[in-house]
Amino acid sequence: MTERVASSAERWRRLSPLATLAYALSAAALALLLGVPTLLVLAVTVSWPVALVSTVPAMVLVVLVTTLAGWLLWRRTRYDVGPERFRLRSGVFVHRELSLARDRIRAVDITADPIYRLFGLARVQIGTGEQTGEAGSAVLSPVRREEAAALRAALLPPGTDRADADGVLARFDPAWIRYAPVSLTAMVVWAGCYIVIAQQLDWLIKDAGPWLLQTIGVPLLVLIGAAGPILIAVVAALALFVENWWNYRLERQSGALLIRRGLLTTRATTLQESRLRGLEILEPLGTRLAGAAEIQAISTGLVNQSDHSERDKTANRVTLLPYAPRPEADRVAAAVLGVRQAPTTAPDLAPHPPAARARRLRWAALTMIGVAVSAGALALVWSWGWIVLVTGLIVVAAAATWLALDAYSSLGHRLDPAYLVMRSGSLVRRTAALERDGIIGWNLTQSFFQRRAHLATLTATTAAGSGGYRVVDVDAGIGLALARDARPGLLEEFLQ
Amino acid sequence: MHKTLESTITLRPPRHRADPRSVRWWTVQQALWVVPSLVVLIGLGLALPIPDLARWWFFAPAVAVALVGLVVVGVLPRYRYRNHRWEVSDQAVYARRGWLWVESRIAPISRIQTVDTRRGPLEQRFGLTTFVVTTASARGPVTISGLAARTADQLVDHLTAVTQEGDAT
Repeated sequence: MTERVASSAERWRRLSPLATLAYALSAAALALLLGVPTLLVLAVTVSWPVALVSTVPAMVLVVLVTTLAGWLLWRRTRYDVGPERFRLRSGVFVHRELSLARDRIRAVDITADPIYRLFGLARVQIGTGEQTGEAGSAVLSPVRREEAAALRAALLPPGTDRADADGVLARFDPAWIRYAPVSLTAMVVWAGCYIVIAQQLDWLIKDAGPWLLQTIGVPLLVLIGAAGPILIAVVAALALFVENWWNYRLERQSGALLIRRGLLTTRATTLQESRLRGLEILEPLGTRLAGAAEIQAISTGLVNQSDHSERDKTANRVTLLPYAPRPEADRVAAAVLGVRQAPTTAPDLAPHPPAARARRLRWAALTMIGVAVSAGALALVWSWGWIVLVTGLIVVAAAATWLALDAYSSLGHRLDPAYLVMRSGSLVRRTAALERDGIIGWNLTQSFFQRRAHLATLTATTAAGSGGYRVVDVDAGIGLALARDARPGLLEEFLQ
Repeated sequence: MHKTLESTITLRPPRHRADPRSVRWWTVQQALWVVPSLVVLIGLGLALPIPDLARWWFFAPAVAVALVGLVVVGVLPRYRYRNHRWEVSDQAVYARRGWLWVESRIAPISRIQTVDTRRGPLEQRFGLTTFVVTTASARGPVTISGLAARTADQLVDHLTAVTQEGDAT
């Protein structure tokens, strides 16, 4: 029995022995990060002995348990790269053996967070590309960096592994960080600051207010209130962007797109080109005004769609290019699809009927009425309310009208020989080019008001990306003709 | 000229309606929560030894439930029956529902991945079935509810036979 175990143990490889150390360090970092503030808060509010007694044992326990878990994991995990199959044995209580046919392996993704990088380790995720998540992929964490690279070279289909100029489609340009402060992230953080302020408003007004007014004065307070969140948002967006996209590189290697990026945590994602069904260009408002856009891939196989779980829709997105100047985005889109000019670039999208513009202007008017009503209610209570009401109305009116007109001008569609191109949106303008072969079926929705205006929203359902891409507020008849022409043979019998 | 011709194209409604028994099914389904809620609210409002003004904490919601209940029990089942239609041709499954907000869904039979029938305990009492066809798209499933059980079984047999010839992605 010992003989057999010894010979099979020779074949099976282990994870890096540094695993335990890496786990211990991660746990210690986390424990300190959470424990020290708690300790300080308790010490200040209650007393030092109580604080120490309640937090220190907990922190020590967390580190010990995590270290033990890491050690057990290291002991129990073994993998084997056989001639035909890759096998992984893991699990502390529940033994799990995963077996992947080597010729079906399509993705070997390597990630490394700062602590792993410190030890020269990496996390390898091997997938067949058909199902990701727990079911269809093997995770080896941690292995030595050289071993990770060797595994990738061994497991991926042989091909040109040179990083020469032909293979590289795009590289990070530090000038792109100027788009981070105007991106969606920045807006979300900015709004978040005000939400936090609103939540603390009670405390701010009653306790801190008078003291602040005395020491700082009203003008400075208003300045901080206005500029503070903007500054925080800009810094946060910049930091996130740099961490996510530093060292970004988009390459094509033997039928797959490889996206490398990351500063603290390095990531490498593989996307099989055979699974690509199109591209989506995203232009959030701020970024669009700055002249930049982002490219996301519309592809199958990232998430197992037959689960039909709506929440996984965001997991099916791979960003091929972060916010970059529009000409660069167009160039990369064309390079990825292998055409001279990307379908999303060509400017002649068929406009949608003026009734769509009227709808959007009506929404703008409704918003203004809503703001007027709530500001009016505020004005009754607060003496400054009338000033707020008037300025608020003017600002909202201008913004809402502009957004409505902008949203209308975004609407458009076009049927190309190979792609269906559709565009909509103002706060986030999306231009999607979906391969006609990738379209499965159609959903047509019409609200009561759309029906009166002879408009409809057509959704092309597909196995790729978010599952469906919409042509919004198109003339009902023209939309049906579009669906009929995009996929001949499906709709004709139902049209009249 | 060509454009104006296209603009007149419409999608005709599917041929078949749901089974007429579905009206009663949906009525009972809604009544099953409306009636007990009313009974409980009004009962508590009357029975509890609380001051009269406090009774309105129960009567007010009871009024709301009654109003909502009137709509979902009296109007909604008929509305759903009138506006829910379906059709299965040689090429596709087509279903439509709603009137204030109409949704038509068409899925080609060649891309069907699963064919499911669902029968809740109440549905079984009325001899009805809900029929769902899924494709590889998360936004693509076509649902037909209130089908007579026998019709649903026939559809399942027909579709499984037809889809057996080929992969569906």
